Amino acid sequence: MLELRIAGRDFGQPVLGEIFATVEKGDRICLLGPSGIGKTTLLNAIAGLDKTIPQEAVIGRDKLRVGYLFQEHRLLPWRTLSANLQLAGATPQEAENHLASVGLKGYGHYLPDQLSLGMARRAALARCLAVKPDLLLLDEPFASLDPVMAGELKTLIAGILDANPSMAMICVTHDGGDAEILANRLWYLDGKPARLQWDDVVGEAGLIDGLLGRLRRLELADS
Amino acid sequence: MTNPGSLAAKGRPPFWCYWVVLPAFVLIWALIAWLVQSPLLPTPLQVLDTLIRESASGELWHHLGATFGRVAVAFVLAMSLGTVIGVGMGRSATTNALFDPLLVLLLNLPALVTIILMYVWFGLVEVAAVMAVVINKVPNVAVTVREGARSLDYRLEEMATVYEFTRWQRFREVWVPQLFPYLMAATRGGLALIWKIVLVVELLGRSSGVGFQLHLAFQVFDVATILAYSLAFIAVVQLIELTILQPLERRSSRWRQPEAANA
Repeated sequence: MLELRIAGRDFGQPVLGEIFATVEKGDRICLLGPSGIGKTTLLNAIAGLDKTIPQEAVIGRDKLRVGYLFQEHRLLPWRTLSANLQLAGATPQEAENHLASVGLKGYGHYLPDQLSLGMARRAALARCLAVKPDLLLLDEPFASLDPVMAGELKTLIAGILDANPSMAMICVTHDGGDAEILANRLWYLDGKPARLQWDDVVGEAGLIDGLLGRLRRLELADS
Repeated sequence: MTNPGSLAAKGRPPFWCYWVVLPAFVLIWALIAWLVQSPLLPTPLQVLDTLIRESASGELWHHLGATFGRVAVAFVLAMSLGTVIGVGMGRSATTNALFDPLLVLLLNLPALVTIILMYVWFGLVEVAAVMAVVINKVPNVAVTVREGARSLDYRLEEMATVYEFTRWQRFREVWVPQLFPYLMAATRGGLALIWKIVLVVELLGRSSGVGFQLHLAFQVFDVATILAYSLAFIAVVQLIELTILQPLERRSSRWRQPEAANA
């Protein structure tokens, strides 16, 4: 459903190298890699936020509805949660339902700054759902959450994916543990300029352990 | 500004001082006027008397109306034009390069020069009067709004792109709330500047308005009329501040939560 043919991306010096990959319905991809390697850059490229990357480099995106969970909540601080979801295309009733589905039932009239970090991130996730996404982009969804909140959010996202089998997800993380719970496919971005070093489908049980073992050895070698 | 702990609030003196300082000022004025006994310094009562007479004859309302009509038209034009130019300059380096040298020129051009040139070129007509005010004010608005446009949060821009906001939604929901403090600053500065320039414009080339009345009074050294019109003017400007500007500001900053724990 989505094909990447990115020729590269420069910020003065090359950040992304050539990236070729396809994303199919139901793919749950965890995008791993050292910090600062360009994972968010790649996610922005896929979302169409990077104007230096030509539209033809991401084939099929214009037919997809994309929900993007940014690192910050990026809700409009002067609008209530309900209004924020409605701006993404939900009806008032749908907005209530989406908020309820992320555990924020009855919070529709709250302003984003009245929420805790974890709640604001869940509200932003509800906005992703408001566009009825074919593709969910998550940029470090568990960063700076305490372990309990991170665990809850992981279960929540896994539940959303299970309920929508045709929805695809690309989740940036640098924690292999997230991948164990969420992923059925792993991308590993590394190098200068960064390329997808592996693109492995996690099929059978045990394979993901093998991949994560490889990842840990890489991280050890790195440090 | 509504937050009592903020710096702006600390800069504002307590409310009661207005009820002490201003009456004291009037008393001292009355005392000096009584001692001097000159038509060049009327007593507060004489000024009040003039004010009531002018008001009853309808003269006051006619001229105040004329002046505020000009202020309103010039204000709307200057704000719209200045906002468009300011946003353009803040968002595009080319636009900025094109307009910035002109701004430097216009910001340093005395208001009086613009007024004289407009009257010389276009005659003593209403359009020339309003144009002169607008040309004086647009650069200030543009400079203020440019600062706001430069500080627009790119992260919300990206969000608006991903969630496919329409042009109108992006303007209304993303830009205006962020530009609002700058627009408010431009409005306050704008009104203060515009009403002063309008008076000069009227004094030099119109036959209605407070400026025109002041001109007439000046020719016959009628200080009571000058002070009466000034008082009426101050009252109306304060009325605008209290009934329009302050409520607007309160309404638009309601979303700011002083107790917000996690931004």
